[in-house]
Amino acid sequence: MSTARSNRFNTFAAHGALILYTLIALFPVFVIVINSFKTRKAIFREPLAMPNSDSFSLIGYETVLKQGDFFLYFQNSMIVTVGSLFFILLFGAMAAFALAEYRFKGNTLMGLYLALGIMIPIRIGTVAILEMMVQTGLVNTLWALILVYTAQGLPLAVFILSEFMRQVSDDLKNAGRIDGLNEYTIFFRLVLPLVRPAMATVAVFNMIPIWNDLWFPLILAPAEEVKTLTLGSQVFIGQFVTDWNAVLSALSLAILPVMGLYVIFSRQLIRGITSGAVK
Amino acid sequence: MTALVLENVCKSFGEVKVLKDINLTVEDGEFVVFVGPSGCGKSTLLRVIAGLEDATSGIVSIGGDVVNNTPPAKRGIAMVFQSYALYPHLSVKGNMALGLKQEKQPNSVIEERVAKAVQMLDLGAYIDRRPSDLSGGQRQRVAIGRAIVREPKLFLFDEPLSNLDAALRMNTRIEIADLHRKLSASMIYVTHDQTEAMTLADKIVVLRDGRVEQVGSPMELYNNPANQFVAGFLGAPSMNFLKTSVADAPDGITTGIRPEHLTLAKSGPITGNVTHVEQLGGDTNILVKTNKDEMLTVRLFGQHPSQVGEAINLNFAPENAFHFDNNQNRVHL
Ligand SMILES: Nc1ncnc2c1ncn2[C@@H]1O[C@H](COP(=O)(O)OP(=O)(O)OP(=O)(O)O)[C@@H](O)[C@H]1O
Ligand SMILES: [Mg+2]
Repeated sequence: MSTARSNRFNTFAAHGALILYTLIALFPVFVIVINSFKTRKAIFREPLAMPNSDSFSLIGYETVLKQGDFFLYFQNSMIVTVGSLFFILLFGAMAAFALAEYRFKGNTLMGLYLALGIMIPIRIGTVAILEMMVQTGLVNTLWALILVYTAQGLPLAVFILSEFMRQVSDDLKNAGRIDGLNEYTIFFRLVLPLVRPAMATVAVFNMIPIWNDLWFPLILAPAEEVKTLTLGSQVFIGQFVTDWNAVLSALSLAILPVMGLYVIFSRQLIRGITSGAVK
Repeated sequence: MTALVLENVCKSFGEVKVLKDINLTVEDGEFVVFVGPSGCGKSTLLRVIAGLEDATSGIVSIGGDVVNNTPPAKRGIAMVFQSYALYPHLSVKGNMALGLKQEKQPNSVIEERVAKAVQMLDLGAYIDRRPSDLSGGQRQRVAIGRAIVREPKLFLFDEPLSNLDAALRMNTRIEIADLHRKLSASMIYVTHDQTEAMTLADKIVVLRDGRVEQVGSPMELYNNPANQFVAGFLGAPSMNFLKTSVADAPDGITTGIRPEHLTLAKSGPITGNVTHVEQLGGDTNILVKTNKDEMLTVRLFGQHPSQVGEAINLNFAPENAFHFDNNQNRVHL
């Protein structure tokens, strides 16, 4: 009786807290989106009002789309984000499998070394990275960004994935070995599908910071044809005048692709496909 | 021809010695059961035979060939795991066929062997299902089918029944015995269930702490255990070991008597009080605390109206008693 009541109370409290948090988190996004549909005057007069027939305007979006290169920026951001995620997941999972599956000298040491990267921010090495990129001629290419983001994402990916790979049943891998599968097939066909939820987690963790990053695009790839969306939006922010309509419209548009990626990954997160493989 | 020969096989994980000097022969068509307490190295020994672990030293030969450096798939073995270990992304048929596909067998051979195994294990209705849509017993049968289709020289089973419930365990046990008769294949079977060991084995290997304690047929081990460990390990309820309770037993000698060899008597060499009675219908187990403060179990056929607290006398035939010295070795008085 009393437990039932306190359970219901707990449920309410939990939902209340979550709803409150969602509102707080979504509020800035909401403000950005509604203001992107308003005239400049309306934005400043009543920032929180919904657009109405008086204040409605698509001027921001027109400016953004007229800026011509905007689709290119989109494309660049997409290539960098998807490319980096691909390499983070591929190499992260491979390293994690090696650490979790094989006994070799220095296994623990290697794991610690990789984990160290979680604690040391990669931006400390910016100058050295820039020098290396200049020497290898990668400055102003998307590869420069993909390589840096891959390096940045790997430590956490290896850490999380190796923990999950340790939980994959040894018997399953051994059954594969006895049936004559090689280690690559065991990794790609047996182990990877079973750690798919963990892979999705890693992808989601890495996606947003990469998409939003301004630092490395500004330093490593500021040229017009390799600008990312975040960097491209900066043209509307001037030292003296800022085209707020355009900035807000650009930001609103920038949300869409990440949302798409997120939907893809979160479906993987939820799909607990694996039951029945082992008891 | 011998199916398997192990010569002085040792296995260490770093400093820890898990297998110590194992010597063993499995004849063609023999059903060998490894038993031993948890952690004694049964699975490790099986994995060394399968090639999933390398022996630290010693020689492993299967079907006459030394296989120390042969990968698992080429050793001519098949293994059934406790956790089934079916491939979750493949159907029942796919699970069974994968090993043969890897061997590059022609399709006709694959079809034929899978069909035979499916028929033998009665899996026809489930052939296109995924493992996740099968019950535990069905999954284990698929795992056994996956082993059968490869037609190995040696089957390895690692506690295949321990995830099943009691009734299913009994059925599957009988199926495995049946399978052994039909295929007349060599099998090694790991278990710590001694009913399985006693009923299935041609030969039992008792392991303790990575050493072979005794090898023999079930009845040899039951009738003639080499030491106190083997005597206590086989037989249920397990053998009673009495240091002081038996009247006029020599000093420093432990007397071992199986519960089924004790009888109620008017007067006897053992006296004590009943502390607990288990009525099983067909049998009655009586737990007794002797007047020398040792516990023992008596197993009587049929039903007996014994009461807790009752004083009783127990007798036994001298030829049914075993004697062990302080090092737990068997001595003949
Ligand atoms: N990879 C490993 N690294 C280190 N020690 C190990 C490893 N595998 C097994 N061991 C140790 O070897 C010993 C024997 O293990 P094993 O799994 O063979 O026991 P078992 O007889 O099969 O036990 P159970 O009946 O519980 O299955 C255990 O003490 C275990 O801790
Ligand atoms: Mg085991």
